Amino acid sequence: MIELLLEEQCTGCNACVTACPTDVFEAVPGAPPRIARVEDCQTCFMCELYCTADALYVSPDAEGRTPVEPAALLASGLLGQFRRHSGWHEWQGHYPNEHWRMDAIFRLARGG
Amino acid sequence: MRSVAPGLALRRDVLVIGGGMAGAWAAAEAARQGASVVLAEKGYCGTSGVTATAGPGHWWVPPEGRRAAIAARNEAALGLADPQWMERVLEETWRSLPGLARHYDFPRDEKGQVQYRALRGPEYMRALRAQAEELGVLILDHCPALELLAEENGRVGGARGLCRQDADAPWQVEAGATVLATGGTAFLSGLLGARNNTGDGYLMGAEAGAQLSGLEFTGIYTVAPARSTMTRSMSYAFATYYDADGHEIVVPPGPDNTATLARALLAGPVTCSLHRMPEAVRARLHLVSPNVMLPFVRWGIDPFRDRFPVTLHTDGTIRGTGGLRIVDAECGTGIPGLFAAGDAASRELIAGAISGGGAQNSAWALSSGLWAGRGAARFARGWRPGARLRGLGQAGLRPLRAVRPVEIEAARATVLGEMQPYDKNFFRTQAGLRRSRAVLDTAWGELRDHALPGHGGRERLRAREAAALLATARWSVTAALARAESRGLHRLEDIPRIVPDFAHRLLVDGIDTIRVTPDHVPALPETAA
Ligand SMILES: Cc1cc2nc3c(=O)[nH]c(=O)nc-3n(C[C@H](O)[C@H](O)[C@H](O)COP(=O)(O)OP(=O)(O)OC[C@H]3O[C@@H](n4cnc5c(N)ncnc54)[C@H](O)[C@@H]3O)c2cc1C
Repeated sequence: MIELLLEEQCTGCNACVTACPTDVFEAVPGAPPRIARVEDCQTCFMCELYCTADALYVSPDAEGRTPVEPAALLASGLLGQFRRHSGWHEWQGHYPNEHWRMDAIFRLARGG
Repeated sequence: MRSVAPGLALRRDVLVIGGGMAGAWAAAEAARQGASVVLAEKGYCGTSGVTATAGPGHWWVPPEGRRAAIAARNEAALGLADPQWMERVLEETWRSLPGLARHYDFPRDEKGQVQYRALRGPEYMRALRAQAEELGVLILDHCPALELLAEENGRVGGARGLCRQDADAPWQVEAGATVLATGGTAFLSGLLGARNNTGDGYLMGAEAGAQLSGLEFTGIYTVAPARSTMTRSMSYAFATYYDADGHEIVVPPGPDNTATLARALLAGPVTCSLHRMPEAVRARLHLVSPNVMLPFVRWGIDPFRDRFPVTLHTDGTIRGTGGLRIVDAECGTGIPGLFAAGDAASRELIAGAISGGGAQNSAWALSSGLWAGRGAARFARGWRPGARLRGLGQAGLRPLRAVRPVEIEAARATVLGEMQPYDKNFFRTQAGLRRSRAVLDTAWGELRDHALPGHGGRERLRAREAAALLATARWSVTAALARAESRGLHRLEDIPRIVPDFAHRLLVDGIDTIRVTPDHVPALPETAA
């Protein structure tokens, strides 16, 4: 579930408010959006992909809350990893989309 | 943010409900045919639904390979599929997917060959959104549909819902034709990306009088790290599983390998290791599927060395096969003005009694989306607005008896409680199904009779979702009870074999009183595109 919106990193663009498929965030005039409905989070990580400021952190635990430490997260390099590996925005061209290898990987697993 | 409060009233030739893969293809195609189109999406068209979070590999077979592919697939479908529909889906997918190159950067392999088959979900949905917008489709994000509208004569003439990011203001679209593309439902299991998929289209379609088919084929599950939603299966092709004592669980190869896991999970915790994944694959995994490693990395698990606990989430009708029954080549539902596409429709036509996951479902979402879009645009031609329309929504919107508080969250939990447990929905027994039916009936009756949640739109949406979930679960267990055999994704412990008398599809109709009738495979009508 979404655990953190780092206000210092947030640019207030509200992209997460729009992109979150389950409407977890709420825009706040003149301020970063608020995580208003954490219980509706479906742990899909999509908000991170749309956050160009890398200000969001989704914990993989879909069944309960996970306390997180903002400073430790900032230092961990985990913020923005999904977006980077997906080659979105400024990362375009740095991480090629090799999803097409899926077939060959399945074949390899079958020993073919 | 768009502001439409206090309400939005629109007239368009075609209304598409649901903006996942099928809906986005449908909307674009209807627009291409010259229709004015509006697409209403519960979440955000681009991130919502199970396409966006996955990496759909399409059923992608060059013309010379089709005869063999269809023959193999038809045999696997256990008698319930139709080779003519398979042929159509293969051809439509082959012809249409490359057209997305304006918006999706199809990569090339080492030999310079453009790779079309498997697309990354977020990029695919971003491209489909761009395509729809370029063609002039009006997209309403965060605008779930709550009910269909119909004329006195039964023609479906649009829908209404609410704008949940706009003070829950109501919206109403009067349309010449309507496409249901609301996806399947995983009954609120942890299946990745499935939270908005609560079976709303099934209920809305049934309220308009449409039939459903194949709802018994929901006994299907996907493995994920425990407590996570990461039901991406590729890595598990290399998995080794262990029981609570650390002994390796011998998993037979083949499509039914999750049955072994489900049995093991009923006996106790199961752990997994991916140490058999070759180094070369590990090194590229983040480029193939960037989300797969997220849970491991964030939990500090090295899945190639450590053993991590796993679970199974039910796929329900998503990688199961049932949905609204398709009655013609343009994906009509048999109700004038109402079409269905993607997981909202039954995929038995091409998948039969087994799963269409892994290739067929996305080819179906694409093809059925295009056909429904085309069919809807054609139906709407010459249409004139202004007819008297009435809302068709029942349970959760228009209670039959005195309004009183109904625990909506409890109703939702009831559905999960009957459809997720392995000893209820994976390994079924007739007695167990009857018990599930009784539990679901009680919750259904309460909601239908008394629920009218407050004034908040969010509560109304939750109640409608609960109604759709309960209705779908009831259809599923009722169809399962009617199929007194085991076939494909329906396994009866009591009768663990195929009974030749059941080599036909089962239709369900009715919402309160559910009727199950055999459907004898209809020939494809001549209007095939
Ligand atoms: C993890 C995973 C991996 C998969 N991999 C493959 C694969 O490799 N190959 C393959 O062929 N298939 C695969 N599938 C199946 C495939 O993804 C689906 O068949 C396909 O995405 C269906 O598209 P859809 O548009 O019908 O549904 P979705 O993409 O789920 O879209 C449905 C949309 O309807 C919206 N909606 C729901 N209710 C309402 C309402 N009341 N009002 C407005 N909007 C509403 C939802 O918000 C959602 O956006 C996979 C599925 C999963 C879960």
